[in-house]
Amino acid sequence: MRYAETGVNLEIDLSRGNIERVETDPRDMELYLGGQGTAAKILWDRVPPEVDPFSPDNLLIFSTGLLHATPVPAANRVAVNTFSPQTNLMSHSLMGGFFGPEMKHAGYDKIIIRGKAPDLVYLYIHDDTVEIRDATHLRGKGCTETGDILKKELKDDRVQVAAIGLAGENRVYTASIDHGHSSAARGVGVIMGDKRLKAIAVRGTKDIHVAKPAELFELCMHMHQQIGGSDGCGDWMAVDEDDSFHHDNFAWGNARTRRRGFWSKELEERWRRLKYDHMDRQTSCYNCPKKCRNVISWPGRKRFGYKCYGKDTYHMAAFKELDFTYDILGVAQEYGLDSYSTPQVMAFALELYENGILTDKDLPGLPADSGDRFFYLMEKIVRREGIGDILANGVSLAAQQIGNGAEKYDHNTIKRFEQLPIKLGKLNPPYFLMIATGEKMAITQIEGSFPQDPLPTMEERQAFVDKWEAVPNEKFKQYFLEWEKRNDISNEASCAITDWNEAMHYIDDSIGLCGFVSSFRGQFGGEIAYHINNIPDFLTLATGVDMTKDKLWECFQRIRTLVRANNVRRGMRRKDERPPEDHWAVRDEAFEQKLLDDYYAFKGWNKEGVPTRETLDKLGLSYVSEDFLRRGILADTEKNPATETSVESEKK
Amino acid sequence: MKAGLKKKIVKEIKVDVDKCTGCRSCELACSAFHAAPRYSSMNPSRSRIRVIMDEVRDVYVPIRAGEYTQAECNGRNIYTIAGKEYSECTFCPASCPSRDYFKEPDSGLPLKCDMCESVPPLPEPMCVQACEFDALTYEEREEEYEEEELKRDEMEIAFESLIKKYGLKQVLQTASRLSKR
Ligand code: SF4
Ligand code: SF4
Repeated sequence: MRYAETGVNLEIDLSRGNIERVETDPRDMELYLGGQGTAAKILWDRVPPEVDPFSPDNLLIFSTGLLHATPVPAANRVAVNTFSPQTNLMSHSLMGGFFGPEMKHAGYDKIIIRGKAPDLVYLYIHDDTVEIRDATHLRGKGCTETGDILKKELKDDRVQVAAIGLAGENRVYTASIDHGHSSAARGVGVIMGDKRLKAIAVRGTKDIHVAKPAELFELCMHMHQQIGGSDGCGDWMAVDEDDSFHHDNFAWGNARTRRRGFWSKELEERWRRLKYDHMDRQTSCYNCPKKCRNVISWPGRKRFGYKCYGKDTYHMAAFKELDFTYDILGVAQEYGLDSYSTPQVMAFALELYENGILTDKDLPGLPADSGDRFFYLMEKIVRREGIGDILANGVSLAAQQIGNGAEKYDHNTIKRFEQLPIKLGKLNPPYFLMIATGEKMAITQIEGSFPQDPLPTMEERQAFVDKWEAVPNEKFKQYFLEWEKRNDISNEASCAITDWNEAMHYIDDSIGLCGFVSSFRGQFGGEIAYHINNIPDFLTLATGVDMTKDKLWECFQRIRTLVRANNVRRGMRRKDERPPEDHWAVRDEAFEQKLLDDYYAFKGWNKEGVPTRETLDKLGLSYVSEDFLRRGILADTEKNPATETSVESEKK
Repeated sequence: MKAGLKKKIVKEIKVDVDKCTGCRSCELACSAFHAAPRYSSMNPSRSRIRVIMDEVRDVYVPIRAGEYTQAECNGRNIYTIAGKEYSECTFCPASCPSRDYFKEPDSGLPLKCDMCESVPPLPEPMCVQACEFDALTYEEREEEYEEEELKRDEMEIAFESLIKKYGLKQVLQTASRLSKR
């Protein structure tokens, strides 16, 4: 019997209308866990670098996490992976809610989509019943609207729906896939739209077996209470209305202007009222004792839900206030737009306009007010109308297409992906590494275990480390105790910290845990529910495989390396690993390059950032090293790494 | 107290729909507790409590499985409460042909909440224990009643519903046929 996983993937070929259930190799679970881990393996095996993201041969993979549908609290993040046309690299996307556990109860660990339907379709799954159905009547419908219509049509309110809106249908690169009030961002909606797949509706009623049910249940009941009662878990922004952190420190507009002192008590009070006067309730994801989503009814708009910094991105990009976000966010979500990238595209366009690079000819009838301008641009982008057709490709590609100096305003992307608008003074070395080498594309998906800043006094640092259970190793306590100034930390510590931060995300995204109870949240206060020291217990009881901390760490290394291998094979190299030039005001090129060298060495990658043959073989990835040798990405002798020019496969 | 009257404990679960976050932990705990063997499976479709949930209309109503009913109601009331519309079904505990709540997914047999009766007794029903948001709270109070009610076990409830659905004769025939296999 398979434990924790179903052992079956659903393979859908939309070109041929073919549906297959494929049994998976049980050994893959031990090597790659599940979720993003096993998805990276499938992408490696089946999507060679020659495949354009818009080719029918590109895959769109919905993966449950290994712990979905087990009693483990807050295991509900679905990983959605594909190759993105914006970056030409692997997309990393997650969504919470209820979709993953439902998929698993239907009997599937993954839904793997290939091909393209001739016209808009949706996929209906109810246990063993799987059908590709016409969805032309859903054309142009909003994301939650689509879910609502399908639930009615199917006469089943337990069906869980993931859908794209108009943005996805029109292949907007910043399109998301939305499931209720949860959203899979970072470049996956575009591929779902390209495949003409409007939605997946899934309903499952089957059992999931775990190896040690009674023990696991008891452990999970404790964890449930612990998370529920802990301030160290969940999204504190759901309860704390002091949001000076983002407003005073992050850059507004096109990642341009820091407004220190913007936040005030008066503002906080006003916004608190705005929120609570319009908030229907706060909601949870599946089996989680936190309630991070704020559900808002704004006059004249559809009800919407958001969490965390999602409440700031629009008004900060438009130099507005919270009421503007409340007005636009629900509309944008129905269109299925990534609320992190999209506002940056719009702010970028407006900067180009202010600087004469885009003119009234490009933006006919542009309103005067910045908020109205955002609505104007949104309509253009989701329809790919006029200038919207270019802006829909994201900041970096749009800048290239517009030319005429527009490239200069593309100052907040890396690997062609929009970053959080943070522009600081002095370099934070671990952040340099995370931003430079991260392949999850957003810092929130990379940082998270080690605090962002040192604590001022030794007493505070000592108190912090005394109750720090999450550390993989005592040396992290030492690093923290010795850390006094943000920019002053050893390369050795920076490498280890980056590695640990990444590790937790790669583990979470494979087993399905939410970052707010695990990988992302430990940096704030250190008291996180799940960490490298206790996750193995949950995995062992659930899967029956004797999981240890060391084995789990090796799984992380294997998955992380495989994700990199996928991207290296598509042309990613050292040259791509440069944080935006103005990310910090004070830069030291020699120091940064040395740090990068040290990190590559720490990871067992060569000077180009390519995992060495030795590293690959040690992790059981000799199929990767063989491929790299065959393609000349690695040379036979490690001392002589192949030059990047021989493997350039970047597309225009 | 009148002669012949006895006391019984009435168990009540109070539901505060405003506090419900839709986490469904109650469903999961219930299904795990009632799995045989206990905790061997956690499957919301086997739960005896279900959260009627509609994100679009902001409806979050946990209901516990009550009696099986043969036929669905021939019409529904729609209630407006504090500006939000609710179908009568949202509050209805019946295992009913119009929906597949409260039916074993494999056999189709009806499920019914038993307040987690067990030996030794639980301090509180599992769903209440699992609810971190106090949307479900538990109370016991004493009430007088006339004579001992028959304590019905699950199989009896299941059989009764089968008899209602198919008639006694057919159920007996099927049982005897199965016993000969
Ligand atoms: S911590 Fe918050 S975001 Fe994460 S699963 Fe729980 S409710 Fe959802
Ligand atoms: S456990 Fe409580 S809050 Fe969660 S769905 Fe059930 S009743 Fe609602």
